[in-house]
Amino acid sequence: MRHARVIPVLLLSESGVVKTKKFSSPVYIGDPTNAVKIFNDKEADEIVLLDIDATRSGKGPNFTRIEEIASEAFMPLGYGGGVTSVSQMERLYRIGIEKVVLNSAIYSYPDLLEEASRIFGSQSIVVSIDVKKDLFGRYCLYSRSGTKKEKTSIEDLLERIQKQGAGEVILNSIDQDGMMTGYDLRLIALAGRKLSIPLVALGGAGSLEHLDEAIHGGASAVAAGAMFVFHGRHRAVLISYLKSSELQKIVDH
Amino acid sequence: MSSINLPILIVDYGMGNIGSIKNMFRHIGVNVEVVNKPEQLEEAAGIILPGVGHFDRAMKSLRMSGIADALTEVVSKNSVPVLGICLGMQLMCKSSEEGNENGLGFIDASVRRFSFAEDSNLKVPHMGWGEVVPQIKSTILGDGISTLPRYYFVHSYFVECANRLDVIGTTKYGIEFASAFKRGRITGLQFHPEKSHRYGMQLFKNFVQDLE
Repeated sequence: MRHARVIPVLLLSESGVVKTKKFSSPVYIGDPTNAVKIFNDKEADEIVLLDIDATRSGKGPNFTRIEEIASEAFMPLGYGGGVTSVSQMERLYRIGIEKVVLNSAIYSYPDLLEEASRIFGSQSIVVSIDVKKDLFGRYCLYSRSGTKKEKTSIEDLLERIQKQGAGEVILNSIDQDGMMTGYDLRLIALAGRKLSIPLVALGGAGSLEHLDEAIHGGASAVAAGAMFVFHGRHRAVLISYLKSSELQKIVDH
Repeated sequence: MSSINLPILIVDYGMGNIGSIKNMFRHIGVNVEVVNKPEQLEEAAGIILPGVGHFDRAMKSLRMSGIADALTEVVSKNSVPVLGICLGMQLMCKSSEEGNENGLGFIDASVRRFSFAEDSNLKVPHMGWGEVVPQIKSTILGDGISTLPRYYFVHSYFVECANRLDVIGTTKYGIEFASAFKRGRITGLQFHPEKSHRYGMQLFKNFVQDLE
């Protein structure tokens, strides 16, 4: 039986890997290369690195650091953060990144996705979208690590990126980020209905049951941060991953 | 034969995850070099043809650089094993539904797009881990492995071999397709060994072992 992909997401800041709650108060976790080595040993399905400072600092991707991390990753590796051009993407693929994740650039460079998917193929491009509920429970899109509210509706954006050739979508709930109380299943269902490309749920996972709920609810794969870097009620830092027997329970539907 | 003292060459024609393949070979202690000129293909223990991206774009790049002709020569002499990975496997076929360019034509096969019903829960691209069921004994897929290894797949197109005997491994995704073929010294793999943990590492070791 095929299991759905279970993907650790590592947030990078200047200091190293961090983990946020609702996109703020980052807690230092550790060295990214060491974290990736641990996920190698645990045979993680795939890893996504997101540099949460690269866009806001204006520096773009830190290629030297990414290459160092990638040289230790013997599983598919995605990278997002500060990517705004095809030439940056080309460089990332060359140094060992399989999938480039676009987020803020989807809004500020609306033609980039289409151009990139024509050149590199859809399977190499992931669009990550950050969603937050407003006071009335309506879903709003945010860019720049949750600091800029976008006017586009989630439905329109999903339709657009699918047409432009996105290979898959990481759907991140800002409200659930780091909470470990479960995914936003209403959001997953809404996006799942709109998409024919794989949908990766992110934000809120704290247990095996949560992962399963997301897959049942319309996601093709599940991603998580806190669940794989914290242990126990006091959120002690400990890198972990699912055992093979646990993975088999996350069955693709 | 001292051919193993020659490096394994990774062909860089501008479209491929060169870094990942190089990393894994280095990790298992194998001498690899990245090359981008046709004349560099003459001295090799083995040649890796990687590839990620669009079929036509890749074929044009291979032709323009002269690498297509050089590879064809290597294959016609049957002197050096050539391993195509992902799009690299597809490029060794005759044609692809992804484009209009002719493939390298090393294997009598065509490349077709996955097509599932609208209400199917199978998504395209096929992205994730899968098993490769050996069809014929081969060193590369590993003889005598008791449990099936898992490999990472990312593709929207799959290979359909005209000759069933060329297929050494198959994978099921909606349909059963050729995830590994081998004819003489030409091998193609639809999945990414360089991204498949110890299973992929073992496969690269098998490839190297087969060179000796």
